[in-house]
Formats: sequence, C-alpha cells, structure tokens
Amino acid sequence: MPTVAPLDLEGHVVGVAFLKDTPFFAEASGTIHRLDHGLKTIEAHDGLLSLDHDDASDSLLTGGEDGKVVRISADGTMSLVAEAPRKWISQVAAGPQGAVAYAYGKTTHVRLADGTTRDFPEERTVEGIAFAPKGLRIAVARYNGVSMHWVAIAGQPADLEWKGAHTGITFSPDGRFVVTSMQENALHGWKLDAKADAEARHMRMTGYPAKVKSLSWSAKGKWLASSGAPAAIVWPFQGKDGPMGKAPLELGTRGNIMVTAVACHPAEDIVAIGYDDGMILAARFADSKEVLLRRPGKGAITAMAWSKNGRQLAFGSATGDCGVVDLAG
Amino acid sequence: MTETSTQKPIPVTVLTGYLGAGKTTLLNRILSENHGRKYAVIVNEFGEIGIDNDLIVESDEEIYEMNNGCVCCTVRGDLIRVVEGLMRRPGRFDAIIVETTGLADPVPVAQTFFMDDDVRAKTELDAVVALVDAKHLPLRLKDSREAEDQIAFADVVLLNKTDLVTPEELERIEATVRVINPSARIYRTQRSEIDLTKVLDQGAFNLEKALENDPHFLDQDEHDDHVCGPDCDHDHHHHDHHAHDHDHHHHHDHHHHHHDHGPSPIHDVTVQSISLRGGEMNPDRFFPWIQKITQTDGPNILRLKGIIAFAGDAERYVVQGVHMIIEGDHQRAWKDGEKRETRLVFIGRDLDREKLERTFRACEVQA
Repeated sequence: MPTVAPLDLEGHVVGVAFLKDTPFFAEASGTIHRLDHGLKTIEAHDGLLSLDHDDASDSLLTGGEDGKVVRISADGTMSLVAEAPRKWISQVAAGPQGAVAYAYGKTTHVRLADGTTRDFPEERTVEGIAFAPKGLRIAVARYNGVSMHWVAIAGQPADLEWKGAHTGITFSPDGRFVVTSMQENALHGWKLDAKADAEARHMRMTGYPAKVKSLSWSAKGKWLASSGAPAAIVWPFQGKDGPMGKAPLELGTRGNIMVTAVACHPAEDIVAIGYDDGMILAARFADSKEVLLRRPGKGAITAMAWSKNGRQLAFGSATGDCGVVDLAG
Repeated sequence: MTETSTQKPIPVTVLTGYLGAGKTTLLNRILSENHGRKYAVIVNEFGEIGIDNDLIVESDEEIYEMNNGCVCCTVRGDLIRVVEGLMRRPGRFDAIIVETTGLADPVPVAQTFFMDDDVRAKTELDAVVALVDAKHLPLRLKDSREAEDQIAFADVVLLNKTDLVTPEELERIEATVRVINPSARIYRTQRSEIDLTKVLDQGAFNLEKALENDPHFLDQDEHDDHVCGPDCDHDHHHHDHHAHDHDHHHHHDHHHHHHDHGPSPIHDVTVQSISLRGGEMNPDRFFPWIQKITQTDGPNILRLKGIIAFAGDAERYVVQGVHMIIEGDHQRAWKDGEKRETRLVFIGRDLDREKLERTFRACEVQA
C-alpha cells in the first residue's frame, strides 16, 4: 500500500526532482526545499520560472525572474551559470557535455562547459528548448514551428515548419521524433528521418480539451504520456511511423477532472497521473489498471518526478501541498 | 474546489495610445499615487518608468494567429506567458496593467483575456484606456489606422495635452473621438492628470457592471425623456459634443465618393458605429441572428455592446463582443417602470447599416 509523506510549502511549485536520493521542490518564489535528513531550504532566485533536471551531473538547472541561471547540486550547493539582468529566464535546458541552454526573448544562449556562450537568434520568441539525445544539437520551439541548431557549427538552422504557436518541445529518447505542445490544445510531431517535404513527416495529435502542459516519455521511449484531458493521453511511439493512424491509450479517466501532470516510471510501463484537484493515480499501460497514490489535495498537481529506483514519487502542487509517495509503504 | 480556482480574478487594465500621448506619465501616476494597491505592470520596454519598487515586467509583443481560419482571432502569446508566470505568485499584486506600444493593435491584447483558457481563469479584463494627444490626433488619424483603432476600441479615452490646443480645436478633437467611439467615456486631461477611479476598476468587460455604469451607452440617458429617432442630431446635456454616429456615416459616404469637403475632423475616420434600438426580442430569432452577424461580419466588428429585452423575460440580458467573440448573460431584473427596449451598438468598419437594421428588426416580437 503506497504511503504519502506530506510536505506543506507556501506557494506554487514549478518543479520537483530527485538529486541522488534527495527530493527537491522548487517554488515559484525562488525558494528551493529538499528533504535531506530534515527540511532544508535555499533561496535560488527572486522568482523562479524554469527548471530542468540535468541527468548527467544529477543537478538542477533553474532560470528566474532575476535574470539568473543557477545550477544546484544534490547537497544544495548553488552556482551561477549565467546572468542577464532584468530579463525573465523563461527557458532552461540541460545538455550533454555540461552544456546549458537558456532563453529570454527571441534568443537561445548555449553556454558550453568551457565557459564560451553561443547565441541562436530566432525571428520569434523562444518558447521551448530541447537538446537532442545524441550530438550537441538543440531544437527550439517558436511560432510556426521548430528551429534545429547544431551548437558547435555555425550555419543555417534546419527548420521544421507547422503553422501556429508551439509552446513546448521534447525529443524522443531515440532522437527520431520531435514533439511540440501547441497553443491550440494539440501536440505536433515530426519524424526526423522522413523526407523534409513528405506528408508522412508530420504527426498531428489533437482532440485535447485543454492545453498540454506536461509530457513524459516512458522507459525506452515507447510511449509519450500527456496532460490536457480528463485522462492521461498516451501515444504509441514503438512503430517506425510513431502514433500515426493509431489511437492513444486513455488512462485514469475521471469525469471532468483534468490531468495536469504526468510522469512515466523509469523502468516499468506505468505512468503517474496528477489531476487538477490534487489527486494522483498510477496506471499501467498493459491493462489500464489504476492504483491511488494520493487523495485530492488543495490544488492542482504541477510537477512529479520518480526516484531513480522507481520506488518513490515526489510531487508538487499549485497551492504548495507537496510530498513524497513511497510505493513500498 | 481548489484554492486557486476560487481566487478572485485579477483585474487587468490595458493602456493604449500613440508614442508621446502620455502613457508613461499616467503609468507613473498610477504607480506613485497612494491608493494602497499594488500593481504588476507589463511593458514593452522599461523605458522611462521611474518607479522600481513595483513589479515591472518587460515583454515583447508576440501575436499569435489562431489556427481556426479566422483572421481576427489573434491573441498576445507574450501576455499568456507573463500572466501565467505572474499568477503563480498572486500575493504580490492586486491588479495588472498592460502598457502597449504606440503602434499596438489593442484587439489581440483584449482577446487574450477571452480566448486563452488559463488567462481567462485567473484574470479579468477591466478596461481598455486610450490616451490621445490632443495636439497631434489629426495628424495621427491621417497617417495611421492604429490611432483610430485604439480610440474605437477603448472604454475610457483620456484626451490629453489639452493645454496645447485652443478651445475650438479641443471641441473638434473631442467630436472626432466621439464619432469614432460613441460609447467611450472621454476625459480631458493635462499631463495625464486624472482621478484614478475614472481609469481603474471600471469593470468595462464585466457583463454585470459594464452597461450599468456606462452613461454613454448608446445615445441615451434613462432620465432623459427625449427619445432619439434615427436622425436625431441634438447634443445631450452632459457633453457638448457632436454625439451621433449618423452624421459621421454620411460624411463617411462622402469621403468615399470623393466629395470635395472643407477640412473636417472626421475626414480621416474610417471607423463607424451603428446604434440599433428596438422593442422586445424573440430569443429564438435574436440568438441565431447575433451569432450569424458576429460570424460573418466579425472581422469588421471591433466592439459590440447591448442590452436586450426578451419577450416574457423578467431580466435584462446583456451582450458584449470583440470581433467574433461574443458573450451574454442575464444582468438583473427589469425595474418597475423601466422601458423594456433593446439597444445595441456596433463599432467597426464597413458595416452594412441597412442590413443590420433590417435583420435586427426581424428579431423583434411581432405585435
């Protein structure tokens, strides 16, 4: 029977992560809490906007309203990565070889491990950044599509065009697909190994009643789970054409309560599903079986992350009622 | 439900106006006056805002066209992001002010607060306030459509820098503003000096409050016995301006027919307003009609407002719209002795007055 260790914080939680085995909870205020033999707190920003977990170094990258990009390690040590005074750092992403991408306005900045920074301007605002799983390459979500840049090589970006506003972006773990979330309640995907002008290159994933704000790839990238509906919508990506012509799984369907966050288990084909009322379920892809992980709370679930061994799930909410679910009880 | 969903929506005031019209001066007044309220301000550039103990966010205008085939369905993507960020820490401010650039189209700004579900859930558009430089308005109207759009779209117009023009010029300018927008409240100001209660907390988009507080709504006062016919051209007592759009319509026609007029303040006006007034409406006809009008003529409609008297309905029904977006609701019971009539005003371009009047009439309950 899963048990919940609650942690009551003040405000909106932007992100959660396990660094080593320590759960971290990052508040929009810029305060970051961790449960490391008791509750410990650091002030990372005056206003925290963006966050990414750097798996390679097992650290957190955060961007703030204070124009700072900060790296936080498992013991709570903070270091300043970059600073742009008075700008809102709306995007951060951790890349390979110690690279860090961050953005404000229309330019993505990539800071390499040696301290040099490269700039990648777009015509429109940068709304999402993802590093490719292989090679030092970024994909930038912007209005009317995606720009793909090789970080080390100067040159024209490869553009993936699709009309509309793309507000978030992710690569499939095998690097074959790029998927964006859109302003108009849809996902759009590109099959990167298809010919640029081929119709088969595009994947339209529509039918959501709300904007998709949370995406999570399952173990080995076979499935992509998403929020934005009163169920977790899970698209099959096993085939070479991705989800085209296939129906997604709908897991944890609940009347009119919207799913606000999803997090796939690190090893099993299971997804944790967080709802607008604070409830969390786990659902198995194979048979849609559900387990209640947390009863409804004060506010919408905004973030979830599994521990590396997959036995614990940290969660945060819009109202600060957070916690850690232990599956073993 | 959750705490977040029961929070009172944060009011948003939009400040528009050409470069040099006095937006920053007004903003500095709002931020420095001792009114006990805290504001988050979204600006295009930090510019000359002198106060830095308030929450000021720089944001690049980012227009999104929605993928629904409608050319007028535009929103401001940057506002969606910034408002979402601000609302994660709601305790810091009581209201939001959006200052637009001089050339900004106010429509996408306003539509953001209706078309984006997340923004709409947490905020409420309070009013669009346009600052007009009295000295330079005639020139602005000649060389840009934006200046006219900003006035046409506003709920409150501050006719600013009145000290730089003669009383006669000021009369003409105010008449021009009134022609462009007969339902806005107009205040004459110098150095953007205004009682802030006339600018903030207007509830101009709030169906319950909007029309109730609007003394200029259409062309009538409840306490004025005189009933204007379609050709009425008299001035109402509370404003000595040229109040009606009908004249403008004729001038407008002349303009298109290249008549050789003398200098007229309304020569460069391309916006028209059409006021409709009728008796009790048949809801089975009225709703399909207003839906159809806003669908087909939506791109030409900047604003629409109305009070509808439905036959057999004890309550007043109010509607308001921006382009193709329209919303309506019951407002309050009709008062004893209150005349049950329907009033609608459309502000826009290239509207077919004859068609609107005829089709509107067809929705009336037949006596």
